[in-house]
Amino acid sequence: MIIKPLLDSKAELTHGNVTKCPVVLSTRIRLARNLAAHLFPGWAAESERSEILANCFASIGSVTGMKRGYKFKIEELDDLQRKILYERHLISRELMSSNNGAGTLVSKDQSCVVMVNEEDHLRIQVLRSGFHFKRVWRTIDRIDSAIEERLPYAFSEELGYLTACPTNVGTGMRASAMMHLPGLVISNQMEKVIRAVNQLGIVVRGLFGEGSDASGSIFQISNQMTLGETEQQIIKRLSSVLESIIEQENNARGRLLEAERTKLFDKIARAYGILRSSHVMSSAEAMNLLSLIRLGLDIKLFEEENREILDRLLIESQPGHIQYSAKHLADSEERDVLRAAYLRTEFEKIQEPDFGDI
Amino acid sequence: MAKALKCNLCDNHATVHLTQILNNKIHKVDLCESCAQQKGVTDPNGFSLADLLIKSTGGEEAGADQALKCPTCGYTRRNFSKSGRLGCPDCYDYFKDTIDSILANMHKGTTHCGKVPVNARAHISLREEVSRLEEELKKAVDAERYEDAAQYRDRIQEVRKARDQNE
Repeated sequence: MIIKPLLDSKAELTHGNVTKCPVVLSTRIRLARNLAAHLFPGWAAESERSEILANCFASIGSVTGMKRGYKFKIEELDDLQRKILYERHLISRELMSSNNGAGTLVSKDQSCVVMVNEEDHLRIQVLRSGFHFKRVWRTIDRIDSAIEERLPYAFSEELGYLTACPTNVGTGMRASAMMHLPGLVISNQMEKVIRAVNQLGIVVRGLFGEGSDASGSIFQISNQMTLGETEQQIIKRLSSVLESIIEQENNARGRLLEAERTKLFDKIARAYGILRSSHVMSSAEAMNLLSLIRLGLDIKLFEEENREILDRLLIESQPGHIQYSAKHLADSEERDVLRAAYLRTEFEKIQEPDFGDI
Repeated sequence: MAKALKCNLCDNHATVHLTQILNNKIHKVDLCESCAQQKGVTDPNGFSLADLLIKSTGGEEAGADQALKCPTCGYTRRNFSKSGRLGCPDCYDYFKDTIDSILANMHKGTTHCGKVPVNARAHISLREEVSRLEEELKKAVDAERYEDAAQYRDRIQEVRKARDQNE
């Protein structure tokens, strides 16, 4: 398997281990860039795409931060490997189903990714655990400038970075945070929050972006508009919205702990029981139960040291990862059995929740 | 009774009426049941009105000159209305009218004010230098300071030459 070395090494997403702000799982910025004097990938002939891919692999591989990383051509990966990369947010859904002439470069710690010939020639992405927009922007700005020295970009003074879709033109930037919002979901306030932030030009999506559902109460929240504001202004506006969502989430948790303490503890205790003893479990159920355990951890029902296991399990319970550990293409029924067995073993390491004197 | 609304995307009877405020502007979209499903309007998480707006503005211009082609890459306006994507960087110039109206609805502003690549930065500052010198030249001519004017003229030529070499 081509991607094995990547799966065997520590990654930002699975081993980032941040405790400061448990509501924000990770921060991500992506920049859409295109090469000057080339057709956009969706319209370019395969020969042009292949030429661009080879060119980008050669030039970007030498950028500081991307050296000693991984390079994968999509055509060389089978469906399972594509799925695993997708579940780790290292390729997009569009790239996953892409044909010849597309690929991805991944940095050693898997925090920086450059997808080639996705919707745009380049989709540069930097991801960090926790809530760190400034740091992520600094990193991606540096990588972007280094790439630009090697590969001239399509840029217009008036419209900024030119992208295949006008929704991304200008800064080409989508900044997003992955947020764990069980308090708002349990107290049925999520819809209200989504409506409110939509009016501010901020979009809320499920864990895997456009069109995905919000299992596990995990939401991806990002800017919609890319033209007419600087990157800093966009980040500032988004951050202030995120901060107010964090506040709302904490308030919702506080209210649940006060008014529905027993009900909430019951939910968490049941989730723990099922994870420890079930024999068949779908990935959606696993996400929802793990999400409750993570909430339990935030309110100190579990030891803090379990957070890393939990964040890793949120990724490893996905269908592709279960298949990988099964070492063969398991159908969904078999996967549910394998998933349950895997979670049972992992949960033996996690002590029963300590409810103190309720 | 009010006239029945038609779906913005196909011509069926519209039953889903959506209003969203973006940039302090009200956007209304009317859709039939199946288009609404297809576009994920019923799923509040996956839905963005902006994506729809491109397609419906593109659609309104149907019949105008859908066969219009970008001279650089051969992409047609019809391709754009259908996919919401462009063929090459030059399409932005060629389909400027269509794109400008879309951008105004979609974004905070219509001019880029973020990061500028280094090589574009050099080009922009030379261009700004030329327009500054041209202004000075005009002032000098108006004031009949012909010696100054000659100097400005020479300087403009130098900068223009530098700019052309830069390209």
